[in-house]
Amino acid sequence: MLDIKSLTVEYYGTQILKDVSLHISSGETLAVIGPNGTGKTTLIKSVSGVLRPKKGAVWIDGTNLQNLSPVQRARYLAVVPQARLLPPAFTVRQTVLLGRTPYLGWLGRINKADEAQAERAMRFTHLDHLGERRVGELSGGEQQRVLLARALAQDTPVLLLDEPTTHLDLEHQSGFLNLVKNMVTQKNLAVLVVLHDLNLAGLYADRVALLVDGQIHALGSPEAVLTSENLTAVYHVPVNVVPHPDYGTPLVLPDGKANSPDVQVFLAP
Amino acid sequence: MIAGSIRPYLYLTALLIIALLLSVAVGVVFIPPGIVARMLAALVPGSTIPADWPQSFDAIVYQIRLPHAILIALTGAALAGSGTVYQGVFRNPLADPYLIGVASGAGLGAVIGLSTTWPTRGNSLYTVPIAAFIGAMLTIAIVYNLARVGRTVPTTTLILAGVAVSAFATSLSSFLMLRSNEELRRAFSWLLGGAIMGGWAPVIAMLPYVAVGLASILLSGHTLNVLQFGEEQAQQLGLPVERVKLLLVLAASLTTAAAVAFAGIIGFIGLIVPHLVRFSLGPDYRRLVPLSILAGSSALLLADTLARMVLSPQSVPVGIVTALAGAPFFLWLLRRSKDQAYW
Repeated sequence: MLDIKSLTVEYYGTQILKDVSLHISSGETLAVIGPNGTGKTTLIKSVSGVLRPKKGAVWIDGTNLQNLSPVQRARYLAVVPQARLLPPAFTVRQTVLLGRTPYLGWLGRINKADEAQAERAMRFTHLDHLGERRVGELSGGEQQRVLLARALAQDTPVLLLDEPTTHLDLEHQSGFLNLVKNMVTQKNLAVLVVLHDLNLAGLYADRVALLVDGQIHALGSPEAVLTSENLTAVYHVPVNVVPHPDYGTPLVLPDGKANSPDVQVFLAP
Repeated sequence: MIAGSIRPYLYLTALLIIALLLSVAVGVVFIPPGIVARMLAALVPGSTIPADWPQSFDAIVYQIRLPHAILIALTGAALAGSGTVYQGVFRNPLADPYLIGVASGAGLGAVIGLSTTWPTRGNSLYTVPIAAFIGAMLTIAIVYNLARVGRTVPTTTLILAGVAVSAFATSLSSFLMLRSNEELRRAFSWLLGGAIMGGWAPVIAMLPYVAVGLASILLSGHTLNVLQFGEEQAQQLGLPVERVKLLLVLAASLTTAAAVAFAGIIGFIGLIVPHLVRFSLGPDYRRLVPLSILAGSSALLLADTLARMVLSPQSVPVGIVTALAGAPFFLWLLRRSKDQAYW
C-alpha cells in the first residue's frame, strides 16, 4: 500500500531525514516514535507532499505521489494534524465538509453525496450532535475528533496522524485511538501515526518504527522495538519494559530517578 | 456562490437600493427619493413611467449624480471585496488594501501614470488604471516579502511593513504632484478619495477591471475557506496553495487598483465591511465574499452622501469620512482582537 522509499529530506542544508524506507500494508497501523526533534513531523510533511524530499519517493499502490497534483494526492492520503491548528470560528459541519475538497472542483460545489459522507464521518466520530457548534467552543478531545472526521470524509486509503493524542487526557487518548483502530479495520486503511507516548504505541500499533536523528533505528513489532536496550540507548534514560498485565504488550517504565545529576544544586529556601 | 440563508442577501440588496436612491437624491438641489426611484425605473427598457418631473432633473440625475453613484458603489464593492480576499489569503484580520499599502502603491502608480505623457495624455482614462495595477502589484510583493516570517505573515510585521511602504509611496506621490503642473494638482484631492472625474466615461472605463476582479473574487469562497486552515493543511486537502494565493492576490490587487485609479485612496472600507459581515454572519467565505461586496457598495454610498452633505454645497472627500468613521472602529477592533472567537 504505502511505500516510503529511501526518503531524504533537507531543511536549510541540514539533513532531517536520512534514507528512510517504510512499507505499510492496508489494514496495518505503523507508529513512528522517537525523541524530540528527530524528524517525525518532517516525515509526515514530506510524505504528504508539503516538503519536497531531496531524494527518494513515496508510492501508494504503484503510484508515485510526486507525479501527482495536490488534488490527486489528497485523494490518496489524508492527514490529521494537531487540533490546536484549527480555525475556531467554523462550525464542526463546515470543517468536516472541507474534507471533501479534493472531490469538489475549484468552485467547491457540495452535493448530497458529499454531505452524506460528512454526516457519516461525524456519526462515526460521535460528533453528529455538535454539527452546528463552532470548533473553538469544543474541548481538545472533540476538536481532535473533528480533524479525524474531516480525514474520514476525505475518503483516502492512507491516513497520516501527527501526534494526535499529545494534548489529550487519558480518556480521550484511548477513545481517539480506538476510533482510529475501528477505521482501520472497517476501511482497511494503511495508517502512519506519529506518537509521543511509547505505551500507546505499544498498545495500538501493529508495528513500531523508532526514528533517531532522521534514521530508522529499529523497526518491527512493538515487542521487538520497545525493548529496554533500544529505549535506554535512544532516550538516554534507564528504561524498564514489562508486559502489560491485560494484553501482554510492552509497557515502558522510564526510571528517571536513576538518572539524577551528580552535582546537587540547592534551591534557595 | 450563494450559500446558506437568502435573507442577508435580501436585506443588503434593499440597503443598497436605499443608499443608491439617497445618493442620487442628495445634493445642491434636493430631489425627493420617490422621484429618483421613478426616474431610475424609467431607465428600465419597456417601462411606461411618464416623465412628469422638472426637465432640469434629467441632466442632474442622468448625467451627474447617477454615474457618480454607480462609480462610488463599484468602488465600495471593489474595496470591500478585495479587503475580504486580503484578510482571507493572509489569514490576518487587519489586512485591508489601505493598511497593507496596496492602495498607496496603486495611487503612486496612478500618479506616475498621470505625470508622464506616455503614451498620450488623452488616453489617461485607460493608462492610469494599468499604472495603478502595476503599482499595486509591486507594493504587495514588497510588503509581503518584508512581512513574511518563515511561511507565515504575522499581523505585526504585515501592518508595520504596510504602513512603512505606504508612507513611502504616499510621500513619493506627493512629491511628484508638488513638482508638477496644475492638472496634476487636482489629483491631490483625488488621492484623498474625491472622485474628480464626472460623467459616464470613468464608469465605463472602470467597469471591465472591476467586473473581472470581482468575478474572480466571487468564485473564490471555497478556496478561501480551505486556506483558513493554514497553507500546510490546505495543501493536504488538495489545494494548489501557491498558485491559488497568487491568483487571489492578483484579483484583489486588480480590483483595488481599479478603485484607486478612479476614486482615489479610500481607507477602511476594505477593513470594516468584511469584519461587520463576518461578525454577524460567521466566517464562511462563500457567504462573506458576496455579502461584503454588497455591503461595501452600500457603505461607501452612504459615506459619500454624508461627505457631500456636511459642508454643502462643498463636498468633503469621501476618504475623510471613511477614515473618521473607520479609525475608531479599527481601534475597537484592536482592543477586542484578543477574543478572536469570531475570526
